[in-house]
Amino acid sequence: MADPILVLAEQLRGEVTDITFEMLGAGRTLAAAAGAPLHVALLGSEAAALASQLGVADKVWVVDNPQLDLAPAGTVAAALKALMDQTQAGIVLLGCTNVSLGIGSMLAALAGLPLVNFCRAARVEGGAVVCTSQLFGGKILSDVKLPDGRGVVSIYPGAFPAEAGRNDQTPPVEKVDLPVEAPKVTFKQYLEPEAGDVDITKQDVLVGVGRGIQTQDNVELAEELAQVLGGATCASRPVIDQGWLPLSRQVGKSGMSVKPRVYLALGISGAPEHWEGIQNSQCIIAVNTDPRAPIFDGAHYGVVGDVLELLPVLTEKVKARKG
Amino acid sequence: MNLYVLLKMVPDTVEELDVSADGKSLDAEFLRFKLNDPDEHALEQALLLKEKHGGKVTVVTLDAPEVDDVLFTALAKGADRAVKLPVDQAGLGTTAIAKVIAEFFASHAGEITADTLLLPGSQAIDDLEGEVAPLLAAALQLPYLGVVCQVTVTEGKATVTKEFAGGLRAEFEVTLPAVLGIQSAERPPRYVPVAKVRAAMKSAPIETVDSTPPDRPLQLEIERMYKPEAAGRAELFEGAPEEVADKLVDVLAKSGVI
Repeated sequence: MADPILVLAEQLRGEVTDITFEMLGAGRTLAAAAGAPLHVALLGSEAAALASQLGVADKVWVVDNPQLDLAPAGTVAAALKALMDQTQAGIVLLGCTNVSLGIGSMLAALAGLPLVNFCRAARVEGGAVVCTSQLFGGKILSDVKLPDGRGVVSIYPGAFPAEAGRNDQTPPVEKVDLPVEAPKVTFKQYLEPEAGDVDITKQDVLVGVGRGIQTQDNVELAEELAQVLGGATCASRPVIDQGWLPLSRQVGKSGMSVKPRVYLALGISGAPEHWEGIQNSQCIIAVNTDPRAPIFDGAHYGVVGDVLELLPVLTEKVKARKG
Repeated sequence: MNLYVLLKMVPDTVEELDVSADGKSLDAEFLRFKLNDPDEHALEQALLLKEKHGGKVTVVTLDAPEVDDVLFTALAKGADRAVKLPVDQAGLGTTAIAKVIAEFFASHAGEITADTLLLPGSQAIDDLEGEVAPLLAAALQLPYLGVVCQVTVTEGKATVTKEFAGGLRAEFEVTLPAVLGIQSAERPPRYVPVAKVRAAMKSAPIETVDSTPPDRPLQLEIERMYKPEAAGRAELFEGAPEEVADKLVDVLAKSGVI
């Protein structure tokens, strides 16, 4: 049997996050192809209580140590390295998320292993793991091989179905003590999301704006359309970073995940970080000047054109239709 | 404070990206480069910290197309020193890049003092092998935090805000010296007029510090690079804004939102 595949379970505020189940599903498929067992590392003081949810795994290693609660990447990586040594794990899967960012790189450095980032698909080929990685804002894919079948793989959120990582079985759990160094980065407090005037996660219609909106004044054009549609405006990171819309309107990796009936993506290229937040929308309409923008690969309807020309016309037409 | 900003050039994705004939890299011929977005924020955060606490901002980069312009722009914005490590970034994975930068910090030219912060961008669109920030922190054995959007420094410690998801953030305390991967600065990156950049070109030199090219450019084996197949390509509407708007209104009506 091949060396175990180890998944780092991700948790936030006492809950196992979706990416964990997505990784378990991906790991289960890889493990079957490689003839390897699937293990999970669950760290921190709440680990023991959460282990029962990870029934897809062949074994859950619980490291019940409060120093691993919201521990910095370096501390988590050192614990994982110790666990790899103890369990002979060859491949480690972890989340390409803000929560886990940096752990993979640190682990790769500590273990002298290669890391594949932004992984969207993975397969076993002649004993080696080949990952498909999404680069340059989703414009290019790259198939990369982990030499010697060993390495760290950072799994992109939403790339693998979470259902494949859930079942109602109880996994074998083993507690393990690992040396944990005192972290030089210490958690102080959570800062809750700013309560905005509008909760964009509850809107039926969202008018999302990206770089293509060009100026703060133009955001007003999107606002007018949102108003006649009875919805709200929101934005991708560059627009929020410019301060053109408040933080409570940010959609994507660091911001909100939304699922409106209609999402209008105006001047948004569709980089993976933004796509992550809008993929569950029922209908996505994209307007962009670049016909090759990745947003058109996922949207239902598209217009290749200038959003600034289209917006006022569209607002008037909607008004007219509503009567 | 002793502030280092690590700058990385990345292909500008506004331009069309093509795969080269070997099928394993980007076609360099028509590639245009720009500064990695989070790195621009890292520079802004460094300038804000300098304004508040005094000190010196040093920008450090490997060699890449159009990088001199970026270095002069940084100087014009208020950086005190620009360092180019004469190793061509092309074809290097992040592990190799971090190695070159770590060598600089092991030398006298990149002295790390008790009040030092190393500020790379949190991540880059071509970080196939991982991010520079944690790799550098591992090499230099410094504390690290990524996805940072706020930094306050008091008495040898930094209070740092990291972004999670859904608008949730958290505050951490970090002992200096440290590496902080910056996602966004507390303010939008400042604008600098071209005249000031030209003046910097004339008055401020770019320093070159000897570096060893890494013996292993990539840790991974790239089998192929390709453009994604448009799986569920959008139904495209064409025509003048009037015609297109009519079709979009139909879609909106069909979706039941108007």
